[in-house]
Amino acid sequence: MQYQVPEPKRTASRILKQEEVESKVLIQVKDLNFYYGTRLALKNVSMDIPACGVVALIGPSGCGKSTLLRTFNRMNDLIAKTKVEGEILIDGVNIYDKDTDVVSLRRQVGMVFQKSTPFPKTIYDNIAYGLRLIGVKDKHILESVVEKCLRRAALWEEVKDSLHRSALSLSGGQQQRLCIARALAVNPKILLMDEPCSALDPIATSRIEELMEDLKKEYTILIVTHNMQQAARVSDKTAFIMQGELVEFNITSNFFTNPSNKLTEDYITGRFG
Amino acid sequence: MIKNPYFRERIAFTLLFIATAIVVLPVICILFFIVKEGWHAISWEFLSQMPRKGMREGGIFPAIVGTLYLVFGTLVFALPLGILSAIYLSEYAKDNFLTRMVKLAIINLAGVPSVVYGLFGLGIFVVFLKFGSSLLAGSMTLAIMVLPIIITTTREALDSVPQSFRQVSYSLGVSKWDTIRHVVLPHALPGILTGMILAVSRAAGETAPILFTVAAFYLPRLPKSIFDQAMALPYHLYVISTQVPNIKLEVRYGTALVLLMIVLSLNLIAIIVRAHFRKKRKW
Repeated sequence: MQYQVPEPKRTASRILKQEEVESKVLIQVKDLNFYYGTRLALKNVSMDIPACGVVALIGPSGCGKSTLLRTFNRMNDLIAKTKVEGEILIDGVNIYDKDTDVVSLRRQVGMVFQKSTPFPKTIYDNIAYGLRLIGVKDKHILESVVEKCLRRAALWEEVKDSLHRSALSLSGGQQQRLCIARALAVNPKILLMDEPCSALDPIATSRIEELMEDLKKEYTILIVTHNMQQAARVSDKTAFIMQGELVEFNITSNFFTNPSNKLTEDYITGRFG
Repeated sequence: MIKNPYFRERIAFTLLFIATAIVVLPVICILFFIVKEGWHAISWEFLSQMPRKGMREGGIFPAIVGTLYLVFGTLVFALPLGILSAIYLSEYAKDNFLTRMVKLAIINLAGVPSVVYGLFGLGIFVVFLKFGSSLLAGSMTLAIMVLPIIITTTREALDSVPQSFRQVSYSLGVSKWDTIRHVVLPHALPGILTGMILAVSRAAGETAPILFTVAAFYLPRLPKSIFDQAMALPYHLYVISTQVPNIKLEVRYGTALVLLMIVLSLNLIAIIVRAHFRKKRKW
């Protein structure tokens, strides 16, 4: 049985042609090995990720897709006894260079986590947090950025009258959009999303997906997802990872209709995983 | 034997309830007894006047002031030192053998008898550093005594801050120290204040550490500087109970009551502050 690509609300302009997708490479992963202690979690991963657009990382649980995602903003540094070999170039600069300023790297590469984690502060303070710590004190700038980011995350209309309420009073879907707005506030160019919809209902999920559609015009988005329909709906390119190895990395439409690798075909048709 | 879950439930409940009652009862008895015996002695004169005639007349004003000075001095030394070292141990120190030994040593320090701290204070501060018997030496001795309490409670408070808050903060390009200052510490503050409450109670009530380091037997004036001796309530209570004959019972209980009230009201202030910070967190 051939896997059916769900027919999403695709507009003609949304389907990027091969040349467009390959237009400009923003992130280059070169022979990346990643170790937890002695366990090799990523094996020789190499991929070129184009600027702007959505790249989905899929694969069975524990395959290393979240680990791969977290190498792009070096969040894995926080875990003890991990080791990285190889290079990741963003705009031609190796982020695993000895001189890399991890703090400013993370401003370029924002992240949205699986569980929405607003700080126990107001909605306003949640979004202003990152900016304030960069040293932005001007109230007008803060206010305009907060509004801009909330609009960008499609949350403004719902919260504009309650900016000084606790962020924890929002619903799960709203909290996740708040987290996206918060990540956008420090003006990244890459956005990492680690299963951002896994705790959300279908309506909240579709709102996030619409949002990604909108954001990908300006940002390069990498999303880890367990939901293959979601990968098919939102992404321009899809990477399939299994047991730490990059099995296939392809234009999403090709990936699901005409996978070049047998393993990919087995996975997307549900023969395992 | 019939296994009746409701019956067993009742037995368990009764046991737990009795245990709690046994714990609470003595506290209530002590409070009741001290208030009953002591409150006759409480008067404006008792609280605000110098002791006279070998402490048989007059008030306990210098002992009250001495205790307040000592508590304040203890916190001045112990709070910054304790909190900063707890931050280092929890957030920065690598988890290796040395760190684990240091943590273990700090926990064990809390169990050292207070008289040992008194002797240590006498040796280091009074004799070696030549502070003499003084508020400075007494405060430092008490500070060393309460440091393990403050460090342990602060570390627990820091460890209870969800790791996800730290991760989110780092992911926004915020440095470790800024994350600690703006996310971790505000969240841990109520827990840290709990440590402070415990430290205040301990510092205000201990006799042995101040015995050799600051306490004056009979000093009917206020201390003039941090190098001056001072009277303090716990030691004063010990003196009038055992060393000076013919002191009215109600004066002793009155003194105990004042000490109790000071500790309770200092705790109350800290609890109010803590409640304020808890409310500021927008849950």
